Amino acid sequence: MAKISIKKLCLYYNGHQALRSINLDVTDKEIMAVIGPANSGKSSLLRALNRMYEIDYARISGEILLDGMDIFDIPINDLRRRIGIVFATPVVLPGSIRKNLSYGPKLHRRIGKAEVDELVYNALKSANLWDEVKDRLDDSASRLSGGQQQRLCIARTLAMHPEVILMDEPCSGLDPVSTAKIEATMLELKKDYTFVLVTNNTKQAARVSDRTAFFLLGELIEVGKTQKIFTRPVDTRTDDYIRGRFG
Amino acid sequence: MKDKIAEKVLLFIALSAILSLALITFFIFQQGIPLIFKAGLANFFSVKWAPTRAGFGILSMIVGSLMVTIGALAVGVPFGLAGAIFLAEFSSKAIQKTLKPVIELLAGIPSVVYGFIGIVILVPFIRNTFGGPGFSVLAASIILGIMILPTIVSISYDALRAVPSTYREGSYAVGATKWQTVVMLLIPAARSGIVAGIILGMGRAIGETMAVIMIAGNALKIPGSILDSVRTLTSTIALELGYAAGDHRAALFACGSILFFIIIILNIIAIRITGRK
Repeated sequence: MAKISIKKLCLYYNGHQALRSINLDVTDKEIMAVIGPANSGKSSLLRALNRMYEIDYARISGEILLDGMDIFDIPINDLRRRIGIVFATPVVLPGSIRKNLSYGPKLHRRIGKAEVDELVYNALKSANLWDEVKDRLDDSASRLSGGQQQRLCIARTLAMHPEVILMDEPCSGLDPVSTAKIEATMLELKKDYTFVLVTNNTKQAARVSDRTAFFLLGELIEVGKTQKIFTRPVDTRTDDYIRGRFG
Repeated sequence: MKDKIAEKVLLFIALSAILSLALITFFIFQQGIPLIFKAGLANFFSVKWAPTRAGFGILSMIVGSLMVTIGALAVGVPFGLAGAIFLAEFSSKAIQKTLKPVIELLAGIPSVVYGFIGIVILVPFIRNTFGGPGFSVLAASIILGIMILPTIVSISYDALRAVPSTYREGSYAVGATKWQTVVMLLIPAARSGIVAGIILGMGRAIGETMAVIMIAGNALKIPGSILDSVRTLTSTIALELGYAAGDHRAALFACGSILFFIIIILNIIAIRITGRK
């Protein structure tokens, strides 16, 4: 069964339609890449999945199912815990590295100091950041480099024990070394988590994803195995985009 | 040439502001401080205020000023903070655009009008409901609490709006509700601005005179409860300066020095807190 099942999803910002009747299934424990030029609706799709679009005063119609359950029947806190998101620009919260990581879990339940330590260790280890920051967990998170901040954001998402992780162009502002670290992290984490990766970097999609969906002006043009999309796409527009003829 | 003249004129105006502050400070201290030493600290900080008979104790007024100020904060801070949080985080743009100017307009109402409303409505209400004279710490606290609302609301509002919106997104993204985001993230992040607003409100409350004279009762003793009358430092100066002479007059300037001192300290704290980002 699909982890996330999207049916006839439309999304509107103030009269402007950003998504046009999207039907798309995300399989459990895969990396699904979403590619397409600007204004194709990639980020809107992500923001629909964990209902972040509500902050932007957008409206949606259609259906999104998580494990067969309508996301509107899941309490919003629970939904956002199960479907985490990492933004294009690293969003570190004020305060220490430790505080960044414990902030989310503490919203949902009381946790003791020992548990916080364990959670911090696990999350940072999984996000490949532990070795770099283990001696300064109580330093301000804003002092980390851009790539470290982004991995901290991934760790913060992991600390919530999510099922799905949405990545919204997570490497857009990062250098190649940091990008490689984040890609390696995703590939390691794939065994436990489902990823939806929005990226402007088609090569990145080709490197890490299992399947790729191509969006154009709010429509899903085609979706399939990444290797097939990049070698023998069905639609000529997909081919044009991947070959860099537009967008 | 014209530029040069304009520059000089502006410089002169700017300097004269500093100069008048310096002169006022010098004058108040020069008039007041010698009396403190003449009377002795023990006399000055006692409760015996009989300035025509060498009793210069201003303790009950200091206590009065502090009680009224703390009372004003007890009223103004919860309401002001709640108002700022509502405006900044829970209301639409249209409501913000209407409500914020209205709240700021509260600052434009003359204090004698506040005092008048206090006498006509609040004092009889307190007398009939809780007993006592009605002219009381409680009445002054409530009126002053309302008077400092605009300061607290608008500074706290600005501080909350200044928190980067990415913090909010990051917080929602880990499943925080709006309220959790406000309490656990935004208030701590805006803390310095909020505290500065409270301190500036405090300065306003401790310096307010007219409204307090009208509703606090002005009895010269340390109040036993919030329903008792109270006299503040500012009230004493305003009430007695008209007929005071000699040491009495100097004693009022000494009151002014103490007040000045308290307010300067509050402002320094406020500047320190807002400056440290």
